[in-house]
Amino acid sequence: MSLTRRGFLQLSATAALTSAFAGIGFAAKPAARKAAVDRINQLKPEWSRQTTTVCCYCAVGCGLIVNTALAGTKRPLNIEGDPDHPINEGALCAKGASIWQLAEGNPGSPNPRLQKVMYRKPYGTKWEAKSWDWALDRIAKNIKRDRDATFTEKNAKGQVVNRCEGLASVGSAAMDNEECWAYQAFLRSLGLTYIEHQARI
Amino acid sequence: MTNHWIDLKNSDCILIMGSNAAENHPISFKWVTRAQEAGAKLIHVDPRYTRTSSKADLYAPLRSGSDIAFLGGLINHILSKDLMFKEYVVNYTNASFIVGKSFDFNDGLFAGFNAETSKYDKSKWAFETDADGKVKRDNTLADPRCVFQLLKKHYSRYSVDRVVEMCGTPKEKVLEVFDSFAATGKPDKSGTVMYAMGWTQHTVGVQNIRAMSIVQLLLGNMGVAGGGINALRGESNVQGSTDHALLYHIVPGYMPTPSTAQPALADYKKLVTPVSHDPMSVNWKKNYGKYAVSLLKSFYKEADVDTAYSWMPKLDAGQNASWLVMFDEMLKGKFKGFFAWGMNPACSGANSNKTREALTKLDWLVNVNIFDNETGSFWNGPGLDPKKVKTEVFMLPCCVSVEKEGSITNSGRWMQWRYQGPKPLGESRPDGEIMYELGQRVRELYKKQGGAFPGPVLGLNWEDMGDGHEFNAHKTARLINGYYLRDVEDKQPDGSVKVHKKGEQVASFALLKDDGSTCSGNWIYCGSYVDADAKKGNRAAKRSKEQTPAQANVGLYPNWSWAWPVNRRVIYNRAGVDKNGTPWAPKKAVLAWNAAGKKWEIDVVDGGGAPGAVHPFIMQVNGMGKLYGPGLNDGPFPEYYEPLECPVSSHPYSKTLHNPTALKFAGEKHNSCDPRYPIVCTTYRVTEHWQTGLQTRWQPWLLEAEPQMFCEMSEELAKLRGIKNGEKVWLENSRGKLWAIAIVTKRFKPFEVQGQTVHEVGIPWHFGWRFPKDGGDAANLLAPSVGDPNTGIPETKAFMVNVRKA
Repeated sequence: MSLTRRGFLQLSATAALTSAFAGIGFAAKPAARKAAVDRINQLKPEWSRQTTTVCCYCAVGCGLIVNTALAGTKRPLNIEGDPDHPINEGALCAKGASIWQLAEGNPGSPNPRLQKVMYRKPYGTKWEAKSWDWALDRIAKNIKRDRDATFTEKNAKGQVVNRCEGLASVGSAAMDNEECWAYQAFLRSLGLTYIEHQARI
Repeated sequence: MTNHWIDLKNSDCILIMGSNAAENHPISFKWVTRAQEAGAKLIHVDPRYTRTSSKADLYAPLRSGSDIAFLGGLINHILSKDLMFKEYVVNYTNASFIVGKSFDFNDGLFAGFNAETSKYDKSKWAFETDADGKVKRDNTLADPRCVFQLLKKHYSRYSVDRVVEMCGTPKEKVLEVFDSFAATGKPDKSGTVMYAMGWTQHTVGVQNIRAMSIVQLLLGNMGVAGGGINALRGESNVQGSTDHALLYHIVPGYMPTPSTAQPALADYKKLVTPVSHDPMSVNWKKNYGKYAVSLLKSFYKEADVDTAYSWMPKLDAGQNASWLVMFDEMLKGKFKGFFAWGMNPACSGANSNKTREALTKLDWLVNVNIFDNETGSFWNGPGLDPKKVKTEVFMLPCCVSVEKEGSITNSGRWMQWRYQGPKPLGESRPDGEIMYELGQRVRELYKKQGGAFPGPVLGLNWEDMGDGHEFNAHKTARLINGYYLRDVEDKQPDGSVKVHKKGEQVASFALLKDDGSTCSGNWIYCGSYVDADAKKGNRAAKRSKEQTPAQANVGLYPNWSWAWPVNRRVIYNRAGVDKNGTPWAPKKAVLAWNAAGKKWEIDVVDGGGAPGAVHPFIMQVNGMGKLYGPGLNDGPFPEYYEPLECPVSSHPYSKTLHNPTALKFAGEKHNSCDPRYPIVCTTYRVTEHWQTGLQTRWQPWLLEAEPQMFCEMSEELAKLRGIKNGEKVWLENSRGKLWAIAIVTKRFKPFEVQGQTVHEVGIPWHFGWRFPKDGGDAANLLAPSVGDPNTGIPETKAFMVNVRKA
């Protein structure tokens, strides 16, 4: 049997996709096979852009490659281990290998990721969708109101503390370094001392 | 990690204890396996036979929470059989230091214990000094008050029989582990340890790691290839988030948070810059004044440094504001507003019912996450009537990692740059953008309306974190590295003067100043972004595999990403060579002195200077590895105590049953030796889920593999309780109740402890009521809010429950 490398890749991708979808009844549909082959073609540079990233789960720090569609949805087409990365040499665990689904959700189902600001008013029984502008304005006002109300320049012993007693924060080891730095600077500029995150638990 | 992932391949003996690395850090096993293929022995010590055990050459069971009996036994084994690396111990550790006369140890308590406050007066543990203030030493190690003799005496009580008695480990397994690991005490051999939350989540968490550090120092395993103390960090950037101090007790770069004990900057500088009277001690912390001032300038660029210091919030001296205390205070109504940013405390914090109730006391909560979770939706959770919950909740959608740009730092301290692939989905946004915009709005309010203590709010250096509207990761990374705030003249070793222009990036923390002429958001990251041009300066983005043959030999990639500090890949590497700079293990050298070229080669040397010129442990004031650690809250030597909830009423080491300094809260009961809760329970993770599962439970691929809460138990316990594999069971204790599906397995075996049979069960902590339906709820409903006296980390790895058929 003779197969070109590309043909082999297309066939095996089809097979992989077929088995991935087997549980939800797509297995025998020619349309699914065609979609799979199209997805492989879309990984070519004329259709998608490659960027490197590092896994968002444990701290081994495995490298991954993200292929993002240049047209259409402009969403990731594929995310896989980076064979050039010296730690993982292309390998990934089950979670790392599923990052595509973390970003995109389950094919055929609504993506469960939060995509809108949601708000629950005091004593409310449901969520309401809100705009970023509305929410950030309201949170900023809450911060100011309660910082002003609870800011303490001197403690009970009369020692200078210059801190905000009424606000606290947890998070986050899931953020980038630059975000972590900016976040702690923001919190400390408000005067927070109750600043904690995953490293403590 | 003192070392890094690839370095595991260099080890002769890998001890995995307090971790299930094959399951939770799967790719680490690429390097563990390479070590095994080269002849290394892999040992796994764990309460449960796991995926890691299945790959191990030797598996030894041990009851959760009894680790110090085991490690203390190993210390005793090394000392009594004279298996230590003596040249290393004498020259590179504080074994020879003379401890002051006030030190004492009696029946589980060290000198200076105050029973009323449950705290120690640590001054009782100080070293004896000579007239010049230098610590007295006895290099023969014979003085009865030298650290070595005290260590020997302390651990002479840690017999193998006691290991068997308390850990429930078969004697032959104990001895095989001890012999195998102690064999790495030969100069050219190295042993390493891989640990995770199985060691930290205990009321003796820090002392578990201290005990292993003593082993590693005695065997000369610090600073060498295939050695070290390697914490397997569980979040992609928990190293970075800790470095950048999203914690109450430190500010970026591991300097302490200012307290009322340091009202002025001069007091603070004095606190952070210890003085050494030993000319051979590098005492790197003597530079901390420069780092502190550069940090203040990174926060408040326009303010003078004293004003900037006054703007830093101060803790009360000795105040604990750690996680468990925070939620205790929240329950009492201390806080009005709360941010749960990229976290799910309603499931991740110990004693979830307490945490969840605490959230109802808030006026408002901001929950930033990728998915809805048990924290954002707490008001709708089990047992709560939303109409009675006052808390206003904002749920803000942040984007996923591949949708934004920035760096993260792995467990081996590699700072790696990530690029943006797709744009954020829907209206989700990068965390940086959310906090940046929120910060601008708060600042605008203060600008317009004034308010309490407005200085720091108006003065914060937002301009170096973005462009006024948008967060910018590159700008922030440059600020973290630091740059010159004015032209600076630096004298070079050859006498010439180099001028650094205002705005230029600082090349290394050695160049930071304490006169306000430099800023640096985190001194340990100074050197990571050394040119404003990202292509030239952003070292985290480096992807070259260029290496010398000697570097290739030990798997060192100095041109791939960047590691703090100063791109050093194995910290304490100076302890890996003798006083002539010759590596202890020449066949796998991490560092070597090139005598002809008069330079260090392979890795970046710890310290600098010629071989033998300085003591190797440069971050310690005395320059030596600490066998004796007089700075901790619960004693200078690790001592055996039972978990705060335990199945025994006594132990053979002393009459002090529990860690007397453990963090606990008034009015909370603990279930020790309570016949209602006779079973030890531990918690863990599976490959397919992550932490509270808030990201992974929503992914069908992963959920299909691990769909719901389970409880692993031995066949013996199942028989005793009439439980069959696959049946639903209840786990309960005084804090909560939780259902799980029983997995009856040979992977758990009952332990024989003090002649009694002790059963242990294990549950994963990935589930929560919000999603999926019928997935179960948080393991932490059962875990106690008690913590380590040094860190405050809760004891979620060993507590008591009952298990019965549902």
